[in-house]
Amino acid sequence: MSGEHHGTDATLAAQVRHVEALLEERGLVDPAELDRALEAFLARASPANGSRVVARAWLDAGFRARLLADGNTALVELGLSMGGGLQEQRLKVVENTADAHNVIVCTLCSCYPIALLGPSPTWYKSEAYRSRVVRGPRAVLAEFGFDLDPAVAITVWDASAETRYLVLPRRPAGTHGLDERSLAALVTRNGLIGVAPV
Amino acid sequence: MTDRFSPGTRVQTCRTDPSHHSRLPRYARGAVGTILEPQGQHPLADDRARGLPCDPLPVYTVRFAARDLFDEGEHSVTLDIWESNLMPVEGAEVDQG
Repeated sequence: MSGEHHGTDATLAAQVRHVEALLEERGLVDPAELDRALEAFLARASPANGSRVVARAWLDAGFRARLLADGNTALVELGLSMGGGLQEQRLKVVENTADAHNVIVCTLCSCYPIALLGPSPTWYKSEAYRSRVVRGPRAVLAEFGFDLDPAVAITVWDASAETRYLVLPRRPAGTHGLDERSLAALVTRNGLIGVAPV
Repeated sequence: MTDRFSPGTRVQTCRTDPSHHSRLPRYARGAVGTILEPQGQHPLADDRARGLPCDPLPVYTVRFAARDLFDEGEHSVTLDIWESNLMPVEGAEVDQG
């Protein structure tokens, strides 16, 4: 892998455009259909989806159990899915507790639960984050301003196949009585990746 | 094709570092970890990327101690690994089912 950090997005975009042009030239994809599929997918893909899933899990213990056991099936209860791309991706939700914290990464590329979090932030795709968080997650979290209690064990989930991960953060103290919508408003994208508390 | 490994089984990843695309990251080559859970079956991306025929193979979530990967760290790292990149650890309990 190249050590070049600058212009990575631009280089990737150029490569994707090149592949797209080849596919169109060979009649393998219809450009209008590709645009329609991408627009429809991205219109539904938002971190608001992930926040809703978390708020429901905080309020409904049954849903929380189903979500942790089988993410894809539980999503259907909220009218959401991990489809939308070429194939449905497996969703694994990993729960933060008083003793255990979870962080997501894709060290090989930038696999990310786009349907639930929207397009990924640039830092998530950076070589710096991808290479460092697996080796020293506590230091990386500290750089995000997140000083995790040293007694809390960390698991870093490297998405290297067909599963996409989502962190179920701990419910903040002092939120009793809040409804699902108010709880969802507290959830942040970084909290769902595991680089910030909620 | 049935799963060869059950949760709790100790496994070792391939040591070789091929020149082609591989979904087994270099930092986890030759490492020993523990099967957490099966993830179903998927075509091996290493072959798919090269246009080779690829029947779906079992994929597992495998947990590694950071110390076994990097010689430092108290955390764990999990990876999603195709069965053909895993072998049983000799002397460890292996599910024969």
